[in-house]
Amino acid sequence: MILKRVSAIAISMLMAVSMAGCGAKAPSNEGEGASVATNGEGTIKIGLITPKTGSVAQYGIAVDNATALAVKEINEAGGINGREIELISYDNKGDATESINLFNRLVDNDEIVALLGPVISSNALAIGPLADEKGIPMITPTGTSLDITPGYDYVYRACYTDPYQGSIMAKFANENLKVKTASILYNTGSDYSVGLAEAFKETFEAAGGTITNYEGYTADDKEFKAVLTNIKAGSPEVLFIPDYYNTVGLIAGQVKEVGLDTIMLGGDGWDGVQENYGELVEGSYFVNHYAADDTAEIVKNFVDNYTEMFEGTRPNAFAALGYDATKILAAAIEKAGTEDKAAIKDAIAATDMDCVTGHVTFDENGDPQKSVTILKMKDGVSVLETKVQ
Amino acid sequence: MNQFIEQIIYGIQLGSIYALIALGYTMVYGIVKLINFAHGDILMMGAYFGLLSVTLLDIPFGLAIVLSMAVCAVIGMLIDIIAYKPLRNAPRISALITAIGVSLFLENIYRVMFGAETRKMVIPTSLTQTIAIGNIKISYVTLLTVFLTIICMVALQLVVKKTKVGKAMRAVSEDQQAARLMGVNVNLTISMTFALGSALAALGGVLYSVTYYQVEPYMGMMPGLKAFVAAVLGGIGIIPGAMFGGYALGLIENLAKAYVSSSWSNAIAFGILILILLFKPAGLFGKNVREKV
Repeated sequence: MILKRVSAIAISMLMAVSMAGCGAKAPSNEGEGASVATNGEGTIKIGLITPKTGSVAQYGIAVDNATALAVKEINEAGGINGREIELISYDNKGDATESINLFNRLVDNDEIVALLGPVISSNALAIGPLADEKGIPMITPTGTSLDITPGYDYVYRACYTDPYQGSIMAKFANENLKVKTASILYNTGSDYSVGLAEAFKETFEAAGGTITNYEGYTADDKEFKAVLTNIKAGSPEVLFIPDYYNTVGLIAGQVKEVGLDTIMLGGDGWDGVQENYGELVEGSYFVNHYAADDTAEIVKNFVDNYTEMFEGTRPNAFAALGYDATKILAAAIEKAGTEDKAAIKDAIAATDMDCVTGHVTFDENGDPQKSVTILKMKDGVSVLETKVQ
Repeated sequence: MNQFIEQIIYGIQLGSIYALIALGYTMVYGIVKLINFAHGDILMMGAYFGLLSVTLLDIPFGLAIVLSMAVCAVIGMLIDIIAYKPLRNAPRISALITAIGVSLFLENIYRVMFGAETRKMVIPTSLTQTIAIGNIKISYVTLLTVFLTIICMVALQLVVKKTKVGKAMRAVSEDQQAARLMGVNVNLTISMTFALGSALAALGGVLYSVTYYQVEPYMGMMPGLKAFVAAVLGGIGIIPGAMFGGYALGLIENLAKAYVSSSWSNAIAFGILILILLFKPAGLFGKNVREKV
């Protein structure tokens, strides 16, 4: 009990000191303008929580790399209002509890101004309420679960939500491919898959289309020939498979085996299918956050700089979103002109800028409104098909 | 009608792989009364060796299968000698716990060696073709799986029924002490059983990874569990029982998927198992042996 009180006092003192620091710094900076070089405590501290080890490490490393690139670019261009960004990056191993510990450390010890991350939805769901409570502006680059942002003023994301991409794909099938019948095969054990499947179904039916089969499977299923044979009997023009690329590869192979002749559609979980299963998903379309072969200036620069900094590694969608999240946050801090967290939050909400993953503005929940990139698999690689608003 | 026949064929393909794995479970149980939970992981190792011998040694697919079976046979014997032999006279529960330990050890050592990511199996292009019989298309993978399984089952029956090793196996499984008195080398016989069972699991592993394209460290868990169920269904310790159990489970599972619900298929398959065991606790082919007091 006593210990608790002591630590509470210690924390409140720390916070008081950090706030006093903010208050003192901001005006002095405003007064001296952009010419000021970094003074003793002149850096702007931004926290970053990503999984750099563990089963989702590849996502975390991509975001981590891209954030480092964005910070380097900003600092080389003179920083934010003349002050450099200091990125404090921790590894949460993809674990929610670990994320909370790291968040507390970033806020209490490192005294960050704002937070980037976490990468996966379950971690973002754990931290979002805390960030809101403590008033730390937070942008998760890639947490797609619907529940991350609503009701939390300080929580934003750089990616679109699961239902959003599901309904965009349905719209694309209906308007661009002009198909009237579709089947859906989804993973009943994954919120991501269910979210996309439901949104696709709703939008497709609302547009006058027919869903011939709406079939679920469980997470560790490997045998799909039975259910695909049933789908074949309904002869749908398209088959929507919202799952991650390894399962998609598995299903796509069996689609060929049972002789189901249809166009396959998917969500952003497909990104990666190009590497091993290119020939199995030839002619398919999937939603993604950006296309590496996009000729837009901002995308080209990003791809070139990333490839150069990380020795030939091509940036994936996670990297693009990590980069965008950093740029959005930096722009907001610059616009706020202070380290006041409420002002930064308001500046993020007012974002209106061109990013690698499209032109971004935020809705009242903190979800971005932007165009969705649709890729087509052609000769084993994904190419930009169109952008749907 | 065509659709029904196709579903049956897919069920037989799945059942073949279950049967191959179930044979290993049942043989080992028959001879040392041990449920070898590491058996599913032998399947995983078989798949890795198949993949590695095709990619690294660049040998033809057929040879890769044989190599993978041989390596797994040796590993199966080593597992027995290192992990189970010292516990031969210990309580059965100790050996069972050891088997779970071996299973976890193998899964994790493969994860460390090869990483947790899923690798794509290299599949010879000749196997991805399909042939049409009437309106029904069958892929060569399906044909190969069923064909190799049947050959292995016949060969296994011949080994067990006609050879000296097989006779020794039957003797040891009936009464270890008596067999030893008759001059049978019990330890060698047990090792041979592990070798045979593991080779079949390795074949199952290669076929499984060719059917489902993928190789990863935990791939053996689910088929291992299903094959165990198949062995129990047929009557554990009885070789024809394991074959029957494997095919029955594969068919039930596939038909449940096709005509009831994909997400319910496991529940239905395991539900049927519970029903059968309620009425025939020793399995379909098992005899109820009364305990002598």
